[in-house]
Amino acid sequence: MTAVVEPAAAAGEVGAARRRKEDARLITGRTRWTDNIALPGMLHLAILRSPHASARIVSVDVRPARRQPGVIDAFSGADIAEIQGSLPCAWPVTEDIVHPVRPPLADGFVRHHGEAVAVVVARDRDSAVDALEAIEVEYEPLTPVLDLAAASRDEGLVHPDKGTNRSYTWIFDSAQAGTGTDVADAAAAAEVTLHRQYIQQRLIPAFMEPRSVVVDPGMGEYTIWSATQIPHILRVFYALLTGVPEHKIRVIAPDVGGGFGGKLQVTPEEMIAFFAAQRVRRPVKYTETRGDSMLSAHHGRDQIQDITLTATRDGTLTGIDVKLVANMGAYLGLVGPGVPILGAFMFNSIYKVPAYRFECVGVFTNTTITDAYRGAGRPEATYAIERAMDDLADQLGMDPVELRRRNWIKAEEFPFTTVAGLVYDSGDYDAATDKALDLFDYAGLRAEQQRRRDSGDPVQLGIGVSTYTEMCGLAPSRILGALRYAAGGWESASVRVLPTGKVEVVTGTSPHGQGHVTAWSQIVADELGVAFEDVEVLHGDTRTSHKGLDTYGSRSLAVGGVALVEACRKVRDKARVVAAHMLECSPDDIEFTGGAFRVRGTPSSAKTLADTAFAVFAAHDLPDGVEATLDADATFDPQTFSFPHGTHLCATLVDTATGHVTIHRYVAVDDVGKVVNPLIVEGQVHGGVAQGIAQALHEQAVYDESGTLLTGSFVEYTIPSAADLPHFVTDRTETPATSNPLGVKGVGEAGAIASTPAVVNAIVDALRPYGVDDITMPCTPERVWRAIKRGGAS
Amino acid sequence: MSSSHRVRVSVDVDGSRYVDDVEPRTLLVHHLRERLGKIGTVIGCDTSNCGSCTVLMGSADGEQHSVKSCSVLAVQADGTAVTTIEGLAGPDGALHAVQQAFHELHALQCGFCTPGMILSAVDLLRENPAPTEAEIRAGLSGNLCRCTGYQNIIRAVQSAATALRGAAAAVLPSEVTV
Ligand code: FES
Ligand code: FES
Repeated sequence: MTAVVEPAAAAGEVGAARRRKEDARLITGRTRWTDNIALPGMLHLAILRSPHASARIVSVDVRPARRQPGVIDAFSGADIAEIQGSLPCAWPVTEDIVHPVRPPLADGFVRHHGEAVAVVVARDRDSAVDALEAIEVEYEPLTPVLDLAAASRDEGLVHPDKGTNRSYTWIFDSAQAGTGTDVADAAAAAEVTLHRQYIQQRLIPAFMEPRSVVVDPGMGEYTIWSATQIPHILRVFYALLTGVPEHKIRVIAPDVGGGFGGKLQVTPEEMIAFFAAQRVRRPVKYTETRGDSMLSAHHGRDQIQDITLTATRDGTLTGIDVKLVANMGAYLGLVGPGVPILGAFMFNSIYKVPAYRFECVGVFTNTTITDAYRGAGRPEATYAIERAMDDLADQLGMDPVELRRRNWIKAEEFPFTTVAGLVYDSGDYDAATDKALDLFDYAGLRAEQQRRRDSGDPVQLGIGVSTYTEMCGLAPSRILGALRYAAGGWESASVRVLPTGKVEVVTGTSPHGQGHVTAWSQIVADELGVAFEDVEVLHGDTRTSHKGLDTYGSRSLAVGGVALVEACRKVRDKARVVAAHMLECSPDDIEFTGGAFRVRGTPSSAKTLADTAFAVFAAHDLPDGVEATLDADATFDPQTFSFPHGTHLCATLVDTATGHVTIHRYVAVDDVGKVVNPLIVEGQVHGGVAQGIAQALHEQAVYDESGTLLTGSFVEYTIPSAADLPHFVTDRTETPATSNPLGVKGVGEAGAIASTPAVVNAIVDALRPYGVDDITMPCTPERVWRAIKRGGAS
Repeated sequence: MSSSHRVRVSVDVDGSRYVDDVEPRTLLVHHLRERLGKIGTVIGCDTSNCGSCTVLMGSADGEQHSVKSCSVLAVQADGTAVTTIEGLAGPDGALHAVQQAFHELHALQCGFCTPGMILSAVDLLRENPAPTEAEIRAGLSGNLCRCTGYQNIIRAVQSAATALRGAAAAVLPSEVTV
């Protein structure tokens, strides 16, 4: 080891459009989905689900199923009543929240279509499914409570023993919080008032990989594979709910095929499979069908939003008053009650508003539970404020961009404490908007719009604006605690340096499409001066990664990535001491540049990480008191959220004869701070925008008057195909976050937050001459056509 | 529904012949996954809407077309040759141009739709070697992806089309002389 070997990768991995390491097996079919797992002796589980939205279970007889060929076991809720407990809600947002018991397998009552009632365990999938038919259940149907507004007035009760459908009322008032003035005063003094009611329809996350779980009970040491976003959280809850000690439980999230919040849950099926494996003492697998998934995996959104804006005649906002009714479904999900509360901090968005009040009532109905879906509370809030800003601009006769510009926080005003009490660290709304207007050719499209209006063109053009911010990087543990969330928001990383200088990274994040293996490798390459290829990233298995809080809320990079940087810097500090010893100088004389430890002033005297790793491995000549390892762990708990922002502009062509909407142009300029991998960032924006457009135009979960889910498959629940979506123009501005050493903000949810109001604003804008000022999503041709007819008639 | 009645099915999958006795109701996708261990092919729905299960199927010596293997019975595959995502790369492991393009252009995130999407794209390019963006969007409309918003998938198919045409052109010149 005489010559200094220059490291393969000098600085510069972060920011590079690295192709993903994950792809190799995904494009060749060598994948590890949970449903691919086959263990010796493994049995299969099928679940009988309630056909009723509300019913008393008079009797369940599983004995005929037990006599079917290939059947090992069959049981109902009553059979496991002693042990099954209640599924958890980790976010009881108020002290007096009404939190009904939610057994994994219904016991006594069913409260939504699709609730699990009985189970068959059999030698193969077909035998299990066939035997379900032999189970005899007698129901006494009850009248379901389905209409959200009526439910909020307690017209019929979902849980009669609770005496109300109202789970909680949560209020934020800037006058009381000391973050602003009183909305009542603002209302009294208002020169202009705009009141709107918007409906956030119910959506289904519809990740492409159906959920699946395998439970191997071993000899009391449980190994569980689950298609989950949250292996670490799931392990804790398995321990709490089953009484099996935590150290006897290993949870693995292998390849997971999308989540979007939909796999941020502790599910009935995960618990049922556990109890089944416990009963039969053999490995058990449950893989849901798409039909099961639509019925039982949690839904998202579903709010009635009443929003009042007050302003001066020149368009300066003076107050925002929001009243929400949020549909919880039949029970409380893992974080369901907290979802609208995340939105509470976002209705004021990027605007300087002196007075703000928010009130949310969480309400039970006889429907599938709702919980986090991409954006979780923030898309709903952004939709309401951005729709209302366009409507206010119309009322004032102002350009919607100018109205926003008049009210938003200026670049030089950061850090800025908002009326909701958050401190935005950074941003440049002018820069992002100007770039978007330019790419969009705003002036050109406005002229085109005028031409079509003047000529009475049956195809009208509309322009929709959406300027958004969001809170990412969930989350500062102290804030979560103050909001009554049961867990913290830190993230953890470990870096192990192997003797040959290769690096293993263990992360507590749990990717399911986000490309962490690639992005984390880029970060480590720069921090430690090793090659991108020489980094292995381990995740999603509580045996290798024992500590973590998983992936949701655009937190992985902004929290987990920062933990990784801190762990790398600890490694560097250790290696620096070893390098100094090898180079016979003081550690203070060593600097880490160009990917190696160099003697200040004599840069050719250098040692790489690999040199120090081998020296530590041999340990023949370590400085006194230096441990024979370079490994390091770090846990990062952010002090504040991060606040990505951006401007999305949408132009739609609306055929006034048919109601058909075409997205003519879509421009997204996002500011997500520093970017580790622009390919991945762009991909996240594309996917998010697509899901937001889907909410605007395509998707809605619909129940009939008996509480039967009508959109129980991809035939009725129409997630968009390639033919339904436009080409997106995406670009970025880059205002680094000041709250973390990477300067990153998070990108997973931005597209879904920004795009929905941009699209609906564009449709409404096209139709304002027809007297249309709102269309309830999804804006299907029929609804658009009806709105035109209605508007024209008024 | 008796499981005693079984039918002999012989099918070539990714170059190997498999002869099995299967229940008449067995779907090809279940046969592939559960009997033959071909777990690269996945199931995303139960209504033939998502395309996750797409494979190429045809006569042993002729053309193969994309089919949704959840809408074909295993017995219907008797005597056919099937290519799954696991058999698309060359014997030396060299990626097919469509696989390579999906990687280069970041056309996958979670990767669950990817096997079906790639095989549908292969078939699309066989039928139409130079598709427009609109033709690609229409041609892949039977394959749902929840992650990507499709834009990079479209780019990847365009790029693969160019690569495949280039490869075809590279083979042709000796015959096509002007
Ligand atoms: S599994 Fe969805 S189309 Fe075959
Ligand atoms: S990449 Fe996830 S569904 Fe297409």
